[in-house]
Amino acid sequence: MSSVTTSPGKPSLGSISAGRKIKDRLVQGFVYLAFALAVIPLVSVLWTVLSNGVKRLDADFLGHSMNGVSGRDTGGGAYHAIIGTLEQVAIASAIAVPIAVLTAVYLVEYSGGGRLGKVISFFVDVMTGIPSVVAGLFVLALWLLTFDFGFSGFAGALALTILMIPTVVRSSEEMLKLVPNELREASYALGVPRWRTILFVILPTALTGMVTGIMLAVARVMGETAPLLLTIFFTKAINTDPFKDPQGSLPSFIWEQAKDPNQNSIDRAWTGALVLILIIMVLNLAARLIAGRRAPSGR
Amino acid sequence: MAKRIEVSGLHAYYGGTHAIEDISMTIEPRSVTAFIGPSGCGKSTFLRTLNRMHEVIPGARVEGKVLLDDEDLYGSSVDPVAVRRVVGMVFQRPNPFPTMSIYDNVAAGLKLNGVRRKSQLDEVVEESLQGANLWNEVKDRLGKPGAGLSGGQQQRLCIARAIAVQPQVLLMDEPCSALDPISTLAIEDLIGKLKGQFTIVIVTHNMQQAARVSDRTAFFNIAGTGKPGKLIEIDDTSKIFTNPEQKATEDYITGRFG
Repeated sequence: MSSVTTSPGKPSLGSISAGRKIKDRLVQGFVYLAFALAVIPLVSVLWTVLSNGVKRLDADFLGHSMNGVSGRDTGGGAYHAIIGTLEQVAIASAIAVPIAVLTAVYLVEYSGGGRLGKVISFFVDVMTGIPSVVAGLFVLALWLLTFDFGFSGFAGALALTILMIPTVVRSSEEMLKLVPNELREASYALGVPRWRTILFVILPTALTGMVTGIMLAVARVMGETAPLLLTIFFTKAINTDPFKDPQGSLPSFIWEQAKDPNQNSIDRAWTGALVLILIIMVLNLAARLIAGRRAPSGR
Repeated sequence: MAKRIEVSGLHAYYGGTHAIEDISMTIEPRSVTAFIGPSGCGKSTFLRTLNRMHEVIPGARVEGKVLLDDEDLYGSSVDPVAVRRVVGMVFQRPNPFPTMSIYDNVAAGLKLNGVRRKSQLDEVVEESLQGANLWNEVKDRLGKPGAGLSGGQQQRLCIARAIAVQPQVLLMDEPCSALDPISTLAIEDLIGKLKGQFTIVIVTHNMQQAARVSDRTAFFNIAGTGKPGKLIEIDDTSKIFTNPEQKATEDYITGRFG
């Protein structure tokens, strides 16, 4: 049975050749290697931040600001920065997500490859490439210098909005494109108008993927430093009003603490980084839970 | 409930492509009319012109008249959305809404058009599922997702969804081509039952199916690739399958070409 006959017209089910087995092993090895290479930096970053940051992750850190605390002192915390980051990102999301999702809906459902759609698509691509510091400079020039508003959390949120919109448009667009056309037709065939089809059939179908895209964008802007330095400025004190006076933020807190030569400051910087990662993780999990609950349960 | 459809001088285009040419026919109420013909001959395109689904495709347009009991579907003041409420459609592949439960799928047409009264919805859902011979199989799991049903059940769910909005006409585009013989039989039985209530038009590649379920049969053909599809003849099903007027019809039915 194992002999391989090569007579034409009589193909036989021979065993896999040694060459193919070797190639199979080799490629398998490369895939594992590539996986390891991708995971090593991730694990390394997480481990470094965790091991360095965990020692200052205490009630003091989460409940106090840096008001009156100098670089050499122990204690002090990032309460003002956590408040600032949460407020700024919440405002940025509240502005950016509706605009971006509506843009994506227009591009996929309404433009039909038209001229306006192409122009919007082009500018979204251009916006994706804007360096974050330029977004900060833009808000600085327009909001702070031209309109003469002061430094505030809201100005920072505007800069983050500019960075968030293009990424959310792109990811939402991809998700909406994945919704099978058959569902649109099924809905139209029931005499459902297009806007209701979009609202009650298409968006719920794409929801899970869109939430993932939005969370990635949130995670990205939450770590932005440069645009915030130009718009929210610095403060060591707690400022819960995002519309007035400089506000803290976690990225700028980390940046400020890390450049101080004192070990106590550097410890605070690590813990700030850890808190930032934790906030992003919690938001991600929460978003997934909410999106998962909306879908009907399994069979 | 059911309405007569009269089509005269209908042409359909996809951009610059002439898809079907000069079709005229009358489709009788409370009967089943089957469309047969080789692939690409315009049966499905023609079917989609009957509820203005053709124009959903970018660049597609229609010329000619489709009268539904003397009302022109393509009149300038007619809302295509309203047309589709009167002329329902079932597609080739079962396409229940994946985010909705069985109940919500059937209620979708009403809910999405603003009906909110629970008692009314309950009634329509049960009636429609019974109408689609699916009630007994799903009555204990109405809250489960529609996508969890088998292919044949999904297609009956789609039929239930289509009849829940109480259309006058039901268009079916190869409703059994993705189903096994048992499910096909279930759908065919259902078509026989539904024709007492609706005007039914079915596109099929299965000539035995056309012979089994339809009262009248229309044969479509195409002169060659790139040429528009044409209606060759329409007559009582028994006549088409035993003694058709046209040679082309006889050739197709007896399997001598295509």
